[in-house]
Amino acid sequence: MSTATGYNFAYLDEDTKRMIRRAILKAVAIPGHQVPFGSREMPLPYGWGTGGIQVTASIIGPQDRLKVIDQGADDTTNAVSIRRFFARVAGVPTTERTSEASIIQTRHRIPETPLREGQILVYQVPMPEPLFRLEPRVAETKRLHAMADYGLMHVRLYEDIARHGHIAISYNYPVMVNGRYLMAPSPIPAFDNPKMDRMPALQLFGAGREKRIYAVPPYTAVRSLDFEDHPFEPVRAKAACALCGSRESYLDEVVTDDRGGRMFLCSDTDYCGERQAAVQRDAAE
Amino acid sequence: MAYVAVKGGERAIEHAHAWLAEERRGDPALPELTVAQVEQQMSLAVDRVMAEGACFDRGLAALAVKQARGDLIEAAFLLRAYRTTLPRFGASMPLDTGAMRVRRRISATYKDLPGGQVLGPTFDYTHRLLDFALAAEGEPPPPAPESPAEAAAMPRVTGILAQEGLMAAEPHSEAEPGDLTREPLAFPADRPLRLQALARGDEGFLLGLGYSTQRGYGNAHPFVGEIRLGEVAVEIVPPELGFAIEIGDLTVTECQMVNQFAGSRTEPPQFTRGYGLVFGHGERKAMAMSLVDRALRAAELGEDAEAPAQSQEFVLYHCDNVEATGFVEHLKLPHYVDFQSELEKLRQLRATAMQEAAE
Repeated sequence: MSTATGYNFAYLDEDTKRMIRRAILKAVAIPGHQVPFGSREMPLPYGWGTGGIQVTASIIGPQDRLKVIDQGADDTTNAVSIRRFFARVAGVPTTERTSEASIIQTRHRIPETPLREGQILVYQVPMPEPLFRLEPRVAETKRLHAMADYGLMHVRLYEDIARHGHIAISYNYPVMVNGRYLMAPSPIPAFDNPKMDRMPALQLFGAGREKRIYAVPPYTAVRSLDFEDHPFEPVRAKAACALCGSRESYLDEVVTDDRGGRMFLCSDTDYCGERQAAVQRDAAE
Repeated sequence: MAYVAVKGGERAIEHAHAWLAEERRGDPALPELTVAQVEQQMSLAVDRVMAEGACFDRGLAALAVKQARGDLIEAAFLLRAYRTTLPRFGASMPLDTGAMRVRRRISATYKDLPGGQVLGPTFDYTHRLLDFALAAEGEPPPPAPESPAEAAAMPRVTGILAQEGLMAAEPHSEAEPGDLTREPLAFPADRPLRLQALARGDEGFLLGLGYSTQRGYGNAHPFVGEIRLGEVAVEIVPPELGFAIEIGDLTVTECQMVNQFAGSRTEPPQFTRGYGLVFGHGERKAMAMSLVDRALRAAELGEDAEAPAQSQEFVLYHCDNVEATGFVEHLKLPHYVDFQSELEKLRQLRATAMQEAAE
């Protein structure tokens, strides 16, 4: 694929990429800590993945193979748009196979297929601050992080339990990274949180509009906040995928008619496709 | 099957964009709008796009307006995304708006003043009656009458007040101002950074905030010391020369708002300044900006700072329309993974609640 003329490899100029890589290095050195960076205006709108795109643009090289997913799927419109962007400005090969990708940019999901060492998972992050609904002032949340003062969040979780009997957060469920920093995992379903813990791949988080980068280095402890008597409980639909039969994967609920008909399908299209292909191979043998 | 309909596709995007291009062009039986026509005849739209796009280039801004079908925030976004790729080879000297070649200059605080009041090209004092003659294409209007330009200097009103010691002096600094396009905002943000953010901020948002300070949300007592519109020279000092050379002109609108200040333990009562400067002819924006600039100085002047317009984080984090429109409109993107977990969580919470009710 040819690259767009008039633009540097992967769109950003090399000085900008270096600035972003410095922020990434700092983020890796302080797991879960939000590092401010000079986020650039991108040709895609804020809130549509500009942070993830800038992180990807500054780490990608011609030898990389890029996968982009949104809602777990490679064929969602925004994933298509971002994949096309990199094909156009970097000319890198792209893939839909999780196992083949060296960089995976994602919005709202972690792939079902476990990631391995050497892979990088780049999250698109709308609101990097886990405390923002409890304390909107950034100057104040900075202080709370500095003092590891996370009482606000614990009280919030406690109030959920007192009121509903359960913690009522189902996505963007707050995690404690390396026992030090409270971190927003981005709006992935809480179901995905356990995959972050001691993941062999490097996890990078880019928030373009909020101008923050943070990271979870490989094999770092990531714990979803909970209480001894109310342990963290990941939620998924109690059903099997209608296409591949998986009872482990996260499912999308598809409304099939106006009489309450429902069908459940894997949100991770690559995982689902691989499983279907395996079934067909077995049948052929 | 339903699944296919839910997920978008590459082809759908292509077709949608083809449709968009068709809609942009409109009826092909009508002549196409040229960029030069937009630049000349939609000049205030072009000015607004340059201001909020933070890039002074009338041709590119006009192209953006055409490409965006007249959606000015979209046009500002196009211009920003172009601007961000430009190499940065230096910084200009501070603009000297005192030496502006003035086309319009008015003061609401003095009936007459050195240099005089110059009304210039303004909607002020027009009657807002639709001019049906414009609906028909006709001859260009006769040229406006001209009088010889006054050679007299036009000192700034705030300078006149300062001579008498009535206007609080701005602290002078040789320090290089921060650059919010390179370093993310941190709070408290100093005034150069605040002014940068306001200069590229959304006109409508700043208008509403400025208006709120007049209605009691923030303790404002503003007077328009001066508004001036015209061309100012841009100078740079190339390192190999070591002295300033002129590289071009900018059209800017400057507003200096004069505000009361009760004084504090260390300062006697005096006037304080709210400052607005925007690319092109943007009086509403420059005035709103100067109101908000003054409101944001509340904390440093020891005033109560409880109104939205006085909160740095509230104003500066929300005034950028490219950021705001992106994040608001991202709600159009699929959220079904999160919505699914909300569905399951809600079912769980409802089951618990119903069970408790039954017991």
